Amino acid sequence: MATGLAPEIPSGGFSFGNFQRNLSLEVQGLHPPKAIKTGTTICGLTFNNGVVLGADTRATAGNVVADKNCSKIHRLAPKIFCCGAGTAADTEMTTRNIESQLELLRLNMGREVPVVVANRLLKQMLFRYQGYVSAALVLGGVDKFGSHIYCIYPHGSTDKLPYATMGSGSLAAMAVFERGWKLDMDEAYAVQLVRDAIAAGITNDLGSGSNVDINIIRRDEPKTKIIRPYEEIGLRGKRHGKYTYQKGTTKVLETEVIPIVVEEEEVVQRMDED
Amino acid sequence: MAMSLMRPGGFSYSELANAGPVQHHFSPYTDNGGSIVAVAGKGFALIASDTRLSTGYSILTRDQPKLYDLNSNTVLGCSGCWCDVLSETRLIEARMKLYKHEHQKEMSPGAVAQMLATILYSRRFFPYYVSNVVAGLDANGQGVVYSYDPVGHCDQNLFHAGGSSGALLQPLLDNQIGLLNMEIKPTEPLTLERAKGIIKDVFISAAERDIYTGDGILLKIITKDGITQESMKLRHD
Repeated sequence: MATGLAPEIPSGGFSFGNFQRNLSLEVQGLHPPKAIKTGTTICGLTFNNGVVLGADTRATAGNVVADKNCSKIHRLAPKIFCCGAGTAADTEMTTRNIESQLELLRLNMGREVPVVVANRLLKQMLFRYQGYVSAALVLGGVDKFGSHIYCIYPHGSTDKLPYATMGSGSLAAMAVFERGWKLDMDEAYAVQLVRDAIAAGITNDLGSGSNVDINIIRRDEPKTKIIRPYEEIGLRGKRHGKYTYQKGTTKVLETEVIPIVVEEEEVVQRMDED
Repeated sequence: MAMSLMRPGGFSYSELANAGPVQHHFSPYTDNGGSIVAVAGKGFALIASDTRLSTGYSILTRDQPKLYDLNSNTVLGCSGCWCDVLSETRLIEARMKLYKHEHQKEMSPGAVAQMLATILYSRRFFPYYVSNVVAGLDANGQGVVYSYDPVGHCDQNLFHAGGSSGALLQPLLDNQIGLLNMEIKPTEPLTLERAKGIIKDVFISAAERDIYTGDGILLKIITKDGITQESMKLRHD
Protein backbone atom coordinates (compact mmCIF):
# COMPACT_ATOMS: atom_id res chain seq x y z
CA MET A 1 0.00 0.00 0.00
CA ALA A 2 1.39 3.35 -0.96
CA THR A 3 1.44 5.84 1.88
CA GLY A 4 3.10 9.18 2.34
CA LEU A 5 5.73 7.62 4.56
CA ALA A 6 6.49 4.65 2.35
CA PRO A 7 5.75 5.63 -1.23
CA GLU A 8 5.46 2.86 -3.77
CA ILE A 9 8.62 2.64 -5.82
CA PRO A 10 7.83 2.52 -9.51
CA SER A 11 8.92 -0.87 -10.84
CA GLY A 12 10.35 0.49 -14.07
CA GLY A 13 10.27 -1.34 -17.41
CA PHE A 14 7.69 -1.02 -20.13
CA SER A 15 4.49 0.85 -19.29
CA PHE A 16 1.29 -0.54 -20.74
CA GLY A 17 -0.60 2.65 -19.80
CA ASN A 18 -0.12 4.20 -23.23
CA PHE A 19 -1.26 0.99 -24.88
CA GLN A 20 -4.72 1.35 -23.37
CA ARG A 21 -4.75 5.05 -24.24
CA ASN A 22 -3.74 4.40 -27.86
CA LEU A 23 -6.40 1.71 -28.14
CA SER A 24 -9.14 4.09 -26.99
CA LEU A 25 -7.82 6.81 -29.30
CA GLU A 26 -7.96 4.42 -32.22
CA VAL A 27 -11.58 3.54 -31.45
CA GLN A 28 -12.29 7.28 -31.74
CA GLY A 29 -10.76 7.24 -35.21
CA LEU A 30 -7.33 8.63 -34.29
CA HIS A 31 -4.83 6.35 -35.98
CA PRO A 32 -1.09 6.24 -35.24
CA PRO A 33 1.02 8.22 -37.72
CA LYS A 34 2.86 6.60 -40.61
CA ALA A 35 6.65 6.68 -40.70
CA ILE A 36 8.67 7.32 -43.86
CA LYS A 37 10.30 4.14 -45.07
CA THR A 38 13.29 4.20 -47.32
CA GLY A 39 12.41 1.47 -49.81
CA THR A 40 16.02 1.25 -50.68
CA THR A 41 18.96 -0.28 -52.50
CA ILE A 42 22.19 -0.27 -50.49
CA CYS A 43 25.31 -2.38 -50.91
CA GLY A 44 28.96 -2.69 -50.05
CA LEU A 45 32.00 -4.79 -50.93
CA THR A 46 35.67 -5.13 -50.07
CA PHE A 47 38.44 -4.68 -52.64
CA ASN A 48 42.24 -4.94 -52.50
CA ASN A 49 42.66 -1.50 -50.88
CA GLY A 50 39.57 -1.01 -48.72
CA VAL A 51 35.78 -1.03 -49.07
CA VAL A 52 33.22 0.58 -51.39
CA LEU A 53 29.71 1.42 -50.16
CA GLY A 54 26.81 2.44 -52.40
CA ALA A 55 23.22 3.66 -51.97
CA ASP A 56 20.32 5.09 -53.95
CA THR A 57 18.68 8.38 -52.87
CA ARG A 58 14.90 7.78 -52.92
CA ALA A 59 12.75 7.93 -49.77
CA THR A 60 9.12 6.83 -50.03
CA ALA A 61 5.97 7.21 -47.91
CA GLY A 62 3.61 4.57 -49.30
CA ASN A 63 3.41 5.05 -53.07
CA VAL A 64 4.63 8.65 -52.93
CA VAL A 65 8.26 9.69 -53.29
CA ALA A 66 8.92 11.70 -50.12
CA ASP A 67 12.52 12.70 -50.91
CA LYS A 68 14.23 12.47 -54.30
CA ASN A 69 17.73 13.03 -52.99
CA CYS A 70 18.16 11.75 -49.44
CA SER A 71 21.47 10.58 -48.06
CA LYS A 72 21.62 6.94 -46.95
CA ILE A 73 25.36 6.59 -46.30
CA HIS A 74 26.05 7.58 -42.71
CA ARG A 75 29.39 8.29 -41.04
CA LEU A 76 30.23 6.30 -37.91
CA ALA A 77 33.95 7.12 -37.71
CA PRO A 78 36.51 8.63 -40.11
CA LYS A 79 37.03 5.23 -41.76
CA ILE A 80 33.80 3.42 -40.82
CA PHE A 81 30.58 4.18 -42.70
CA CYS A 82 27.14 2.60 -42.68
CA CYS A 83 24.37 2.43 -45.31
CA GLY A 84 20.84 2.36 -43.92
CA ALA A 85 17.54 0.93 -45.18
CA GLY A 86 14.20 0.75 -43.37
CA THR A 87 12.44 3.51 -41.43
CA ALA A 88 14.32 6.73 -42.20
CA ALA A 89 14.23 8.03 -38.63
CA ASP A 90 15.49 4.71 -37.21
CA THR A 91 18.50 4.43 -39.54
CA GLU A 92 19.38 8.08 -39.00
CA MET A 93 19.11 8.03 -35.19
CA THR A 94 20.70 4.59 -34.76
CA THR A 95 23.79 5.51 -36.78
CA ARG A 96 24.11 8.90 -35.07
CA ASN A 97 23.89 7.28 -31.65
CA ILE A 98 26.51 4.67 -32.51
CA GLU A 99 28.74 7.36 -34.03
CA SER A 100 28.74 9.15 -30.64
CA GLN A 101 29.41 5.93 -28.73
CA LEU A 102 32.33 5.07 -31.00
CA GLU A 103 33.90 8.50 -30.56
CA LEU A 104 33.56 8.31 -26.76
CA LEU A 105 35.10 4.85 -26.86
CA ARG A 106 38.01 6.14 -28.94
CA LEU A 107 38.65 8.98 -26.50
CA ASN A 108 38.45 6.62 -23.50
CA MET A 109 40.77 4.00 -24.95
CA GLY A 110 43.09 6.36 -26.79
CA ARG A 111 43.18 4.29 -29.97
CA GLU A 112 41.23 3.81 -33.18
CA VAL A 113 38.09 1.74 -32.73
CA PRO A 114 37.92 -1.30 -35.03
CA VAL A 115 34.92 -2.12 -37.25
CA VAL A 116 33.91 -5.20 -35.17
CA VAL A 117 33.08 -2.84 -32.33
CA ALA A 118 30.71 -0.79 -34.48
CA ASN A 119 29.06 -4.03 -35.56
CA ARG A 120 28.73 -5.27 -31.98
CA LEU A 121 27.28 -1.95 -30.72
CA LEU A 122 24.74 -1.86 -33.57
CA LYS A 123 23.58 -5.47 -33.19
CA GLN A 124 23.27 -5.23 -29.40
CA MET A 125 21.17 -2.09 -29.70
CA LEU A 126 18.95 -3.53 -32.44
CA PHE A 127 18.50 -6.83 -30.55
CA ARG A 128 17.48 -4.93 -27.42
CA TYR A 129 14.65 -3.34 -29.43
CA GLN A 130 13.47 -6.74 -30.74
CA GLY A 131 13.18 -5.58 -34.36
CA TYR A 132 10.98 -2.58 -33.55
CA VAL A 133 13.83 -0.27 -34.55
CA SER A 134 13.57 -1.05 -38.24
CA ALA A 135 17.08 -0.43 -39.46
CA ALA A 136 18.65 -2.78 -42.01
CA LEU A 137 22.29 -1.81 -42.38
CA VAL A 138 25.35 -2.46 -44.47
CA LEU A 139 28.34 -1.55 -42.33
CA GLY A 140 31.72 -1.06 -43.98
CA GLY A 141 35.09 0.15 -42.84
CA VAL A 142 38.81 -0.21 -42.65
CA ASP A 143 40.95 -0.71 -39.52
CA LYS A 144 44.34 -2.18 -38.61
CA PHE A 145 42.92 -5.68 -39.10
CA GLY A 146 41.84 -5.09 -42.69
CA SER A 147 38.72 -4.20 -44.71
CA HIS A 148 35.31 -5.33 -43.48
CA ILE A 149 31.69 -5.46 -44.62
CA TYR A 150 28.91 -6.43 -42.21
CA CYS A 151 25.25 -6.99 -43.01
CA ILE A 152 23.05 -6.08 -40.00
CA TYR A 153 19.37 -7.05 -39.83
CA PRO A 154 16.70 -5.15 -37.84
CA HIS A 155 16.41 -7.93 -35.21
CA GLY A 156 20.14 -7.82 -34.48
CA SER A 157 21.60 -10.70 -36.44
CA THR A 158 24.72 -9.92 -38.45
CA ASP A 159 26.78 -11.47 -41.24
CA LYS A 160 30.42 -10.74 -42.01
CA LEU A 161 30.68 -10.91 -45.77
CA PRO A 162 32.96 -9.92 -48.65
CA TYR A 163 29.98 -8.30 -50.40
CA ALA A 164 26.45 -7.48 -49.19
CA THR A 165 23.19 -5.86 -50.33
CA MET A 166 20.15 -4.69 -48.36
CA GLY A 167 16.76 -3.04 -48.83
CA SER A 168 13.89 -3.63 -51.25
CA GLY A 169 16.35 -3.47 -54.17
CA SER A 170 18.72 -6.01 -52.59
CA LEU A 171 17.81 -8.77 -55.06
CA ALA A 172 18.52 -6.61 -58.10
CA ALA A 173 21.82 -5.44 -56.59
CA MET A 174 22.85 -8.94 -55.46
CA ALA A 175 22.21 -10.28 -58.97
CA VAL A 176 24.82 -7.82 -60.25
CA PHE A 177 27.28 -8.71 -57.46
CA GLU A 178 26.90 -12.44 -58.09
CA ARG A 179 27.64 -11.89 -61.77
CA GLY A 180 30.63 -9.59 -61.36
CA TRP A 181 32.27 -10.21 -57.97
CA LYS A 182 35.85 -11.52 -57.94
CA LEU A 183 38.48 -12.04 -55.28
CA ASP A 184 41.06 -9.22 -54.98
CA MET A 185 39.35 -6.60 -57.17
CA ASP A 186 41.03 -3.29 -57.95
CA GLU A 187 39.35 0.00 -57.05
CA ALA A 188 38.06 0.97 -60.50
CA TYR A 189 36.43 -2.42 -61.00
CA ALA A 190 34.93 -2.43 -57.48
CA VAL A 191 33.45 1.06 -57.86
CA GLN A 192 31.96 0.17 -61.25
CA LEU A 193 30.43 -3.00 -59.77
CA VAL A 194 28.85 -1.05 -56.90
CA ARG A 195 27.51 1.55 -59.37
CA ASP A 196 25.99 -1.19 -61.52
CA ALA A 197 24.42 -2.86 -58.47
CA ILE A 198 22.78 0.36 -57.25
CA ALA A 199 21.73 1.29 -60.80
CA ALA A 200 20.05 -2.13 -61.08
CA GLY A 201 18.13 -1.39 -57.88
CA ILE A 202 17.19 2.11 -59.05
CA THR A 203 15.79 0.95 -62.40
CA ASN A 204 14.16 -2.34 -61.36
CA ASP A 205 12.90 -1.66 -57.84
CA LEU A 206 10.07 0.88 -57.45
CA GLY A 207 11.18 1.65 -53.87
CA SER A 208 14.56 2.85 -55.10
CA GLY A 209 15.31 5.72 -57.44
CA SER A 210 17.11 8.94 -58.42
CA ASN A 211 20.90 8.92 -57.89
CA VAL A 212 23.79 6.64 -56.98
CA ASP A 213 25.83 7.72 -53.94
CA ILE A 214 29.19 6.04 -53.45
CA ASN A 215 31.76 6.07 -50.66
CA ILE A 216 35.25 4.66 -51.13
CA ILE A 217 37.17 3.94 -47.92
CA ARG A 218 40.84 3.31 -48.72
CA ARG A 219 43.32 1.61 -46.38
CA ASP A 220 46.09 4.09 -47.19
CA GLU A 221 44.10 7.30 -46.74
CA PRO A 222 43.13 8.75 -43.35
CA LYS A 223 39.78 10.23 -44.43
CA THR A 224 37.03 9.64 -46.98
CA LYS A 225 34.20 11.62 -48.49
CA ILE A 226 30.87 10.43 -49.83
CA ILE A 227 30.67 11.06 -53.58
CA ARG A 228 27.17 12.47 -53.82
CA PRO A 229 25.85 12.13 -56.43
CA TYR A 230 28.23 9.66 -58.08
CA GLU A 231 25.76 9.37 -60.96
CA GLU A 232 22.21 10.54 -61.70
CA ILE A 233 20.13 7.64 -63.06
CA GLY A 234 16.54 8.91 -62.91
CA LEU A 235 16.44 12.15 -64.88
CA ARG A 236 13.53 14.58 -64.94
CA GLY A 237 11.80 15.03 -68.29
CA LYS A 238 11.81 18.39 -70.08
CA ARG A 239 8.68 20.51 -69.74
CA HIS A 240 6.82 21.54 -72.90
CA GLY A 241 4.84 24.52 -71.59
CA LYS A 242 5.48 27.52 -69.37
CA TYR A 243 3.73 27.66 -66.02
CA THR A 244 4.48 31.13 -64.67
CA TYR A 245 1.47 33.17 -63.61
CA GLN A 246 0.82 36.78 -64.54
CA LYS A 247 1.09 39.19 -61.64
CA GLY A 248 -2.32 39.58 -60.01
CA THR A 249 -3.52 36.05 -60.81
CA THR A 250 -4.09 35.31 -57.13
CA LYS A 251 -7.07 37.18 -55.75
CA VAL A 252 -6.36 39.57 -52.89
CA LEU A 253 -9.19 39.05 -50.40
CA GLU A 254 -8.16 41.57 -47.79
CA THR A 255 -5.35 44.01 -47.17
CA GLU A 256 -4.20 45.20 -43.79
CA VAL A 257 -1.12 47.27 -43.18
CA ILE A 258 0.42 47.07 -39.75
CA PRO A 259 3.06 49.79 -39.47
CA ILE A 260 6.21 49.06 -37.56
CA VAL A 261 6.28 51.61 -34.74
CA VAL A 262 9.76 52.88 -34.09
CA GLU A 263 10.15 54.52 -30.71
CA GLU A 264 13.05 56.80 -30.22
CA GLU A 265 14.49 57.28 -26.79
CA GLU A 266 17.40 59.55 -25.98
CA VAL A 267 19.57 58.67 -23.04
CA VAL A 268 22.09 61.29 -21.99
CA GLN A 269 24.88 59.94 -19.92
CA ARG A 270 27.01 62.41 -18.13
CA MET A 271 30.52 61.79 -17.00
CA ASP A 272 31.23 62.29 -13.33
CA GLU A 273 32.46 65.78 -12.80
CA ASP A 274 35.01 65.14 -10.09
CA MET B 1 0.44 -7.75 -54.32
CA ALA B 2 -2.93 -8.36 -52.74
CA MET B 3 -5.01 -5.32 -51.93
CA SER B 4 -4.84 -4.88 -48.21
CA LEU B 5 -7.93 -4.02 -46.22
CA MET B 6 -5.76 -2.26 -43.63
CA ARG B 7 -4.60 1.28 -44.08
CA PRO B 8 -1.60 0.98 -46.45
CA GLY B 9 1.73 0.80 -44.67
CA GLY B 10 0.21 1.51 -41.27
CA PHE B 11 -0.13 -0.61 -38.18
CA SER B 12 -3.01 -0.91 -35.81
CA TYR B 13 -3.04 -1.02 -32.03
CA SER B 14 -6.31 -2.90 -32.03
CA GLU B 15 -4.70 -5.64 -34.12
CA LEU B 16 -2.06 -6.07 -31.45
CA ALA B 17 -4.70 -6.11 -28.72
CA ASN B 18 -6.91 -8.65 -30.46
CA ALA B 19 -4.07 -11.00 -31.42
CA GLY B 20 -6.28 -14.04 -31.01
CA PRO B 21 -7.44 -16.48 -33.67
CA VAL B 22 -6.28 -15.58 -37.20
CA GLN B 23 -9.04 -14.86 -39.68
CA HIS B 24 -8.24 -15.57 -43.31
CA HIS B 25 -9.99 -13.69 -46.05
CA PHE B 26 -10.38 -13.88 -49.81
CA SER B 27 -8.23 -11.24 -51.46
CA PRO B 28 -8.85 -11.44 -55.21
CA TYR B 29 -7.48 -8.03 -56.26
CA THR B 30 -4.02 -6.72 -57.10
CA ASP B 31 -3.09 -3.15 -57.91
CA ASN B 32 -0.98 -2.95 -61.05
CA GLY B 33 -0.74 0.86 -60.98
CA GLY B 34 -0.74 3.21 -63.93
CA SER B 35 -2.34 6.58 -64.64
CA ILE B 36 -4.79 7.94 -67.21
CA VAL B 37 -5.32 11.58 -68.20
CA ALA B 38 -7.98 12.78 -70.65
CA VAL B 39 -8.80 16.26 -71.96
CA ALA B 40 -11.71 17.36 -74.16
CA GLY B 41 -11.52 20.43 -76.37
CA LYS B 42 -13.28 22.12 -79.28
CA GLY B 43 -13.08 19.58 -82.09
CA PHE B 44 -10.70 17.19 -80.33
CA ALA B 45 -10.31 14.83 -77.40
CA LEU B 46 -7.02 13.60 -75.96
CA ILE B 47 -6.40 10.61 -73.74
CA ALA B 48 -3.06 9.37 -72.45
CA SER B 49 -1.78 6.64 -70.18
CA ASP B 50 1.63 5.68 -68.87
CA THR B 51 3.14 2.39 -70.02
CA ARG B 52 4.38 0.91 -66.73
CA LEU B 53 2.71 -2.20 -65.33
CA SER B 54 3.81 -3.09 -61.82
CA THR B 55 3.04 -5.20 -58.78
CA GLY B 56 4.29 -4.22 -55.35
CA TYR B 57 7.83 -2.90 -55.78
CA SER B 58 8.41 -4.83 -59.05
CA ILE B 59 7.93 -3.73 -62.65
CA LEU B 60 6.09 -6.32 -64.79
CA THR B 61 6.67 -4.43 -68.05
CA ARG B 62 7.76 -0.97 -69.13
CA ASP B 63 5.74 -1.08 -72.37
CA GLN B 64 2.05 -1.70 -71.73
CA PRO B 65 -0.24 1.20 -72.70
CA LYS B 66 -3.65 1.15 -71.01
CA LEU B 67 -5.70 2.63 -73.87
CA TYR B 68 -8.28 0.83 -76.02
CA ASP B 69 -9.62 2.15 -79.33
CA LEU B 70 -13.29 1.19 -79.04
CA ASN B 71 -14.23 2.62 -82.45
CA SER B 72 -13.19 5.41 -84.81
CA ASN B 73 -14.05 8.17 -82.34
CA THR B 74 -13.98 6.61 -78.86
CA VAL B 75 -11.00 5.55 -76.72
CA LEU B 76 -11.17 3.92 -73.29
CA GLY B 77 -8.41 4.22 -70.70
CA CYS B 78 -8.23 1.64 -67.87
CA SER B 79 -5.84 1.27 -64.96
CA GLY B 80 -5.92 -0.67 -61.72
CA CYS B 81 -6.17 -4.45 -61.39
CA TRP B 82 -4.78 -5.61 -64.75
CA CYS B 83 -6.73 -8.88 -64.95
CA ASP B 84 -9.95 -6.92 -64.37
CA VAL B 85 -8.89 -4.48 -67.12
CA LEU B 86 -8.53 -7.42 -69.53
CA SER B 87 -11.88 -8.98 -68.58
CA GLU B 88 -13.72 -5.69 -68.65
CA THR B 89 -12.36 -4.56 -72.03
CA ARG B 90 -13.15 -7.95 -73.58
CA LEU B 91 -16.72 -7.69 -72.30
CA ILE B 92 -17.05 -4.15 -73.68
CA GLU B 93 -15.72 -5.28 -77.05
CA ALA B 94 -18.32 -8.07 -77.22
CA ARG B 95 -21.15 -5.80 -76.15
CA MET B 96 -20.17 -3.24 -78.79
CA LYS B 97 -20.20 -5.93 -81.46
CA LEU B 98 -23.71 -6.99 -80.40
CA TYR B 99 -24.83 -3.36 -80.56
CA LYS B 100 -23.39 -2.97 -84.06
CA HIS B 101 -25.15 -6.05 -85.40
CA GLU B 102 -28.43 -5.12 -83.77
CA HIS B 103 -28.50 -1.44 -84.77
CA GLN B 104 -26.36 -1.45 -87.93
CA LYS B 105 -24.22 1.46 -86.66
CA GLU B 106 -21.26 2.23 -84.42
CA MET B 107 -21.90 3.14 -80.80
CA SER B 108 -21.57 6.85 -79.99
CA PRO B 109 -19.25 7.82 -77.12
CA GLY B 110 -22.35 8.68 -75.08
CA ALA B 111 -23.80 5.22 -75.63
CA VAL B 112 -20.48 3.58 -74.73
CA ALA B 113 -20.32 5.70 -71.60
CA GLN B 114 -23.80 4.67 -70.48
CA MET B 115 -23.14 1.01 -71.25
CA LEU B 116 -19.92 1.05 -69.23
CA ALA B 117 -21.78 2.44 -66.21
CA THR B 118 -24.32 -0.40 -66.50
CA ILE B 119 -21.59 -3.04 -66.86
CA LEU B 120 -19.73 -1.74 -63.82
CA TYR B 121 -22.87 -1.59 -61.67
CA SER B 122 -23.82 -5.12 -62.72
CA ARG B 123 -20.84 -6.18 -60.61
CA ARG B 124 -21.78 -3.98 -57.67
CA PHE B 125 -20.72 -6.52 -55.02
CA PHE B 126 -17.68 -7.95 -56.81
CA PRO B 127 -16.52 -4.94 -58.80
CA TYR B 128 -13.87 -4.60 -61.47
CA TYR B 129 -11.02 -2.90 -59.58
CA VAL B 130 -10.43 -0.47 -62.43
CA SER B 131 -10.27 3.28 -62.88
CA ASN B 132 -12.02 4.02 -66.23
CA VAL B 133 -11.91 7.10 -68.44
CA VAL B 134 -13.70 7.34 -71.80
CA ALA B 135 -12.72 10.02 -74.32
CA GLY B 136 -14.38 10.67 -77.66
CA LEU B 137 -16.10 13.06 -80.05
CA ASP B 138 -19.85 13.63 -79.69
CA ALA B 139 -22.39 14.02 -82.54
CA ASN B 140 -21.40 17.71 -82.95
CA GLY B 141 -17.72 16.83 -83.23
CA GLN B 142 -16.90 18.22 -79.78
CA GLY B 143 -14.61 16.44 -77.35
CA VAL B 144 -16.18 14.63 -74.39
CA VAL B 145 -14.64 12.88 -71.40
CA TYR B 146 -16.44 10.48 -69.05
CA SER B 147 -14.91 9.29 -65.78
CA TYR B 148 -16.06 6.46 -63.48
CA ASP B 149 -15.70 5.02 -60.03
CA PRO B 150 -15.26 1.22 -59.85
CA VAL B 151 -18.97 0.53 -59.28
CA GLY B 152 -20.47 2.55 -62.11
CA HIS B 153 -20.90 6.16 -61.12
CA CYS B 154 -20.39 8.16 -64.33
CA ASP B 155 -19.43 11.79 -64.64
CA GLN B 156 -19.09 13.85 -67.82
CA ASN B 157 -16.11 16.20 -67.65
CA LEU B 158 -13.90 18.42 -69.78
CA PHE B 159 -10.81 16.79 -68.28
CA HIS B 160 -10.00 14.02 -65.85
CA ALA B 161 -7.02 12.31 -64.21
CA GLY B 162 -7.42 8.74 -62.97
CA GLY B 163 -5.32 5.85 -61.71
CA SER B 164 -2.45 5.84 -59.25
CA SER B 165 -1.53 9.50 -59.90
CA GLY B 166 -5.14 10.72 -60.17
CA ALA B 167 -5.09 12.57 -56.86
CA LEU B 168 -1.72 14.14 -57.76
CA LEU B 169 -2.74 15.33 -61.23
CA GLN B 170 -6.39 16.40 -60.93
CA PRO B 171 -5.59 19.66 -59.07
CA LEU B 172 -3.03 20.53 -61.75
CA LEU B 173 -5.64 20.06 -64.48
CA ASP B 174 -8.24 21.98 -62.42
CA ASN B 175 -5.87 24.93 -62.43
CA GLN B 176 -4.32 24.75 -65.91
CA ILE B 177 -7.39 23.65 -67.91
CA GLY B 178 -10.29 24.42 -65.58
CA LEU B 179 -8.60 27.78 -64.85
CA LEU B 180 -9.76 27.56 -61.25
CA ASN B 181 -8.60 30.04 -58.62
CA MET B 182 -7.37 32.57 -61.17
CA GLU B 183 -8.19 36.26 -61.29
CA ILE B 184 -6.54 36.82 -64.67
CA LYS B 185 -7.42 34.03 -67.07
CA PRO B 186 -6.23 33.34 -70.59
CA THR B 187 -9.03 34.32 -72.98
CA GLU B 188 -8.25 32.10 -75.95
CA PRO B 189 -9.79 28.59 -75.88
CA LEU B 190 -7.65 25.52 -75.20
CA THR B 191 -5.77 24.49 -78.34
CA LEU B 192 -4.86 20.93 -79.23
CA GLU B 193 -1.15 21.75 -78.99
CA ARG B 194 -1.46 23.29 -75.52
CA ALA B 195 -3.58 20.39 -74.28
CA LYS B 196 -0.94 17.97 -75.56
CA GLY B 197 1.78 19.95 -73.80
CA ILE B 198 -0.11 19.97 -70.51
CA ILE B 199 -0.75 16.22 -70.66
CA LYS B 200 2.92 15.46 -71.33
CA ASP B 201 4.00 17.83 -68.56
CA VAL B 202 1.64 16.42 -65.93
CA PHE B 203 2.90 12.91 -66.67
CA ILE B 204 6.49 14.13 -66.24
CA SER B 205 5.46 15.51 -62.84
CA ALA B 206 3.58 12.31 -61.90
CA ALA B 207 6.67 10.21 -62.69
CA GLU B 208 8.63 12.38 -60.25
CA ARG B 209 6.45 11.59 -57.24
CA ASP B 210 4.38 8.44 -57.94
CA ILE B 211 6.38 5.22 -57.91
CA TYR B 212 3.71 3.41 -59.98
CA THR B 213 3.85 5.88 -62.89
CA GLY B 214 6.81 5.99 -65.28
CA ASP B 215 8.76 4.52 -68.22
CA GLY B 216 6.70 6.19 -70.95
CA ILE B 217 3.29 7.46 -72.13
CA LEU B 218 1.03 6.80 -75.07
CA LEU B 219 -1.16 9.71 -76.16
CA LYS B 220 -4.20 9.24 -78.44
CA ILE B 221 -5.54 12.21 -80.37
CA ILE B 222 -9.18 11.93 -81.45
CA THR B 223 -10.37 14.34 -84.16
CA LYS B 224 -12.96 14.15 -86.95
CA ASP B 225 -10.22 12.63 -89.12
CA GLY B 226 -9.84 9.65 -86.77
CA ILE B 227 -7.40 8.59 -84.08
CA THR B 228 -3.66 9.29 -84.20
CA GLN B 229 -1.12 8.56 -81.51
CA GLU B 230 2.11 9.89 -80.03
CA SER B 231 4.45 8.52 -77.42
CA MET B 232 6.99 10.01 -75.03
CA LYS B 233 9.60 8.60 -72.65
CA LEU B 234 9.39 9.08 -68.90
CA ARG B 235 11.97 8.43 -66.19
CA HIS B 236 12.46 4.72 -65.69
CA ASP B 237 13.52 4.58 -62.00
